[in-house]
Amino acid sequence: MAYALPLIWAALLAFAILAYVVLDGFDLGVGILFLAEHREEDRDLMMNTVAPVWDGNETWLVLGGGGLFAVFPLAYATLMPALYPAIIGMLLALVFRGVAFEFRFKARTRTGRRMWNIAFSGGSTVAALCQGLALGALVQGIHIVGRGYGGGWWDWVTGFTILCGIAVVIGYALLGATWLIWRTEGELQARARRHARALGVAVLALIVVVSLWTPMLNPRFSARWFGWPEILLTSPVPILTALLAWGFWHGLSRRHDAAPFLCVLGWFVLCFIGLGISLFPYIVPPDLTIWQAAAPPASQGFLLVGAVVLVPIILAYTGYAYWVFRGKIRPGMHYH
Amino acid sequence: MIDHGAVFLARLQFAFTLGFHIVFPAFSIGLASYLAVLEALWLRTGRQVFLDLFHYWIKIFAIGFAMGVVSGVVMSYQFGTNWGSFSDKTGPVLGPLLGYEVLTAFFLESGFLGVMLFGMDRVGRGLHFLATCLVALGTLISAFWILSANSWMQTPAGFTTTADGRFLPADWLAVIFNPSFPFRLAHMVLATYLSVAFLVGAVGAFHLLRDRANEAARVMVSMALWLALIVAPLQVLVGDRHGLNTLLHQPAKVAAMEGDWLDPAPGAGEPLVVFAWPDDEKAANLHEIAIPHLGSLILTHSWTGAIKGLRDWAPADRPPVPVVFFAFRIMVGLGLLMVGVGLLGAWLRWRGQLYQAAWFHRVLVAMAPAGFISVLSGWMVTEVGRQPYTVYGMLRTIDSASPIGLPGVAISLAGFAIVYFIVYGAGIAILLREMARPPVPGEPSAPRSPSHAAGLMPGPAGAIEDIPPTAAE
Ligand code: HDD
Ligand code: HEM
Ligand code: HEM
Repeated sequence: MAYALPLIWAALLAFAILAYVVLDGFDLGVGILFLAEHREEDRDLMMNTVAPVWDGNETWLVLGGGGLFAVFPLAYATLMPALYPAIIGMLLALVFRGVAFEFRFKARTRTGRRMWNIAFSGGSTVAALCQGLALGALVQGIHIVGRGYGGGWWDWVTGFTILCGIAVVIGYALLGATWLIWRTEGELQARARRHARALGVAVLALIVVVSLWTPMLNPRFSARWFGWPEILLTSPVPILTALLAWGFWHGLSRRHDAAPFLCVLGWFVLCFIGLGISLFPYIVPPDLTIWQAAAPPASQGFLLVGAVVLVPIILAYTGYAYWVFRGKIRPGMHYH
Repeated sequence: MIDHGAVFLARLQFAFTLGFHIVFPAFSIGLASYLAVLEALWLRTGRQVFLDLFHYWIKIFAIGFAMGVVSGVVMSYQFGTNWGSFSDKTGPVLGPLLGYEVLTAFFLESGFLGVMLFGMDRVGRGLHFLATCLVALGTLISAFWILSANSWMQTPAGFTTTADGRFLPADWLAVIFNPSFPFRLAHMVLATYLSVAFLVGAVGAFHLLRDRANEAARVMVSMALWLALIVAPLQVLVGDRHGLNTLLHQPAKVAAMEGDWLDPAPGAGEPLVVFAWPDDEKAANLHEIAIPHLGSLILTHSWTGAIKGLRDWAPADRPPVPVVFFAFRIMVGLGLLMVGVGLLGAWLRWRGQLYQAAWFHRVLVAMAPAGFISVLSGWMVTEVGRQPYTVYGMLRTIDSASPIGLPGVAISLAGFAIVYFIVYGAGIAILLREMARPPVPGEPSAPRSPSHAAGLMPGPAGAIEDIPPTAAE
């Protein structure tokens, strides 16, 4: 039990974080692209494609944080202080972005509306940037002393973390663009397609750079990726990425509605798997494994019972909520 | 490496962010139940006024809920950022409670919120009502888990400790249903209902003052006063039980609430301190006005019963008395006022003057923030009275903090203060504006965004809100 439970929970939490990244990823992405559209009607439409679901999407972030606190408390207790500025920045940005959904439609003056447009777009961008910085800082490693964070105040800003920050912003923007291709039509959709093409190139380039940089950070990572026989397991990741790239461009030029979005989702899943390959079994590299950070079996088991029953139910009704609001969003659908 | 300044600012940050958060959950919990009642009444009676009220309040609910969610997401990361050591030590016990809150409550609320807010035309009445009920249920389940976690910190039970000071769960039922939890849950849920009742009553009264014939406003006032009449006295009873239970488990907190420093002479009994200026330095009250024996009567239900005075604890083990003392008086004072208003309302109703008495409507308007102020003061009593511990008697606040230096905590606190004042200032302004607009027959289900209505922004959006909705799609 003490061996298996942390493994199961690591997988479950990884799933929750992945769910967060792809779900909130597209609605943050819509926010990142928000100011690129200049007509208020188009902005209304963009917002309405995500208005009924963004809150549910963000709940996966709460599950990620709350879950970490519950089942890997030592990881939570060391990561949060280590990533302090990035986490606080993300939270404040999410505050702006979340209320903008309601406030923007209630603004009475042009200035008010412009302010909440900026809050929505700026909040989405900063939140994405901070998530990327936090991710980069985790991957490059966190200095632990005793049972607490032992590093410095600025450890989270390096060339690598900044690159990760930019990569996440651009990646979310791409998810947002392909989501808009799926859910809108006409000129807005055509512009989203153009954005997606440019962003797709950038994302692929960034994936390549980050993937080559990561193994250099830590000799264990490079052994994982390039050692024998590990390479048998790791080589499919880049191959699948290339296949999806083909699907992505094919879908864009054939004007498929959903295919580009699904291919980008695939990229995110693969990047995430790649990350898992590098880090496992460390939850806070370079020192803390999932077993060292784990809460006792009594805690992990207690919550697991609930998770096993509840997560499928949650997935079912989340799917239902998406189903209710399926289809193209058109002007005049008054979600606000 | 303990930095007292940083710990103080971290406490301030926690109190500040939670103070902002808790107002909106109180609003969301109470209003979600009220909306479910309104929709049920509409489905049963078919009366348009209930649907109008539902549509009127759901727009306000959406704004308050959004503010509750974003401030809540902040809370779930606050434990780790500023209270890392606390998280490491209590995570095995408190973490699963919060985990269950996410799994059973937050997903339920947010999953059905979209359907509740925007789905009336898409899913049909029955399913829509179900969504409303599930959101309301979600808010209550959320209160269940978070209050269980908080109560465990007040009255820890069902755990063992390790040599390095960590808490491990031994008996989950004892953890969840720890001694102060039932009282706190009942008291808090009633508090949210009272808060919303007085808000709804105030909004109704405000519109009655301008237009006595407004039917929706009459219904609001009537419903609010029925609730106040029944729930306010119940809240006083529950509060009394809650206090007696606290006396059993956290006697220093009760001594601080009472401003009681000394043990009384045998047979003298405890006085009830009505007003005083408690002074932590001198460990005594200045300018005290007290009623003999009443304290004994309330706390021990006997004429001469005694409780321990604060001087029985070392100064380092006492909570800061003035905050607890005054916050408690504000809460209880407002609670008694609510009972009074409920009774007055019943008397006016009996006399048939409920919708005519303008003076009473002004009183109701003035009572609008009463519930929220009581909620905040109540939490001040609870949390400050628990000091100097985070886990009562087991883990001191000073040993709970993260190794974050003073500048870090100060900068993030300033960031929170600036952002919250902008965002919540704007949010409260929008809420007040929405509530200042009278409910109209055929109330639209959602405000039309300007560009929906007329292509481009034609001046103030408020002007076009009353255009009847066209069907979606
Ligand atoms: C008595 C009830 C109560 C109390 C004491 C608290 N909350 Fe709260 N919270 C709620 C009742 C609530 C709610 C009614 O469920 C909210 C309010 C509005 C909303 O959207 O849900 C909510 C929202 C909310 C959210 C956002 C949920 C979402 O994404 O949908 C989080 C993460 C938290 N809370 C976390 C906390 C934490 C960590 C608290 C304590 C330190 C806390 N809450 C105190
Ligand atoms: C809505 C519910 C709550 C409110 C209004 C509230 C309010 C407060 C306040 C006012 C303080 C500052 C006290 C002081 O410094 O003098 C505080 C501190 C704190 N609270 Fe709570 N609290 C609530 C729930 C919780 C819960 C559920 C937890 C944990 C599961 C928690 C954990 C803490 C911690 C760790 C501190 C910091 C240490 C301290 O100063 O006591 N609180 N809270
Ligand atoms: C006059 C009657 C009241 C009495 C005797 C009373 C008693 C108490 C006591 C003793 C506590 C502290 C419990 C502890 O920390 O262990 C408390 C807390 C609290 N009170 Fe009251 N109360 C009254 C009225 C109200 C009203 C009218 C409201 C709100 C509408 C309210 C809201 C709260 C809240 C939110 C808390 C903090 C949570 C908790 O510990 O339950 N109270 N009350």
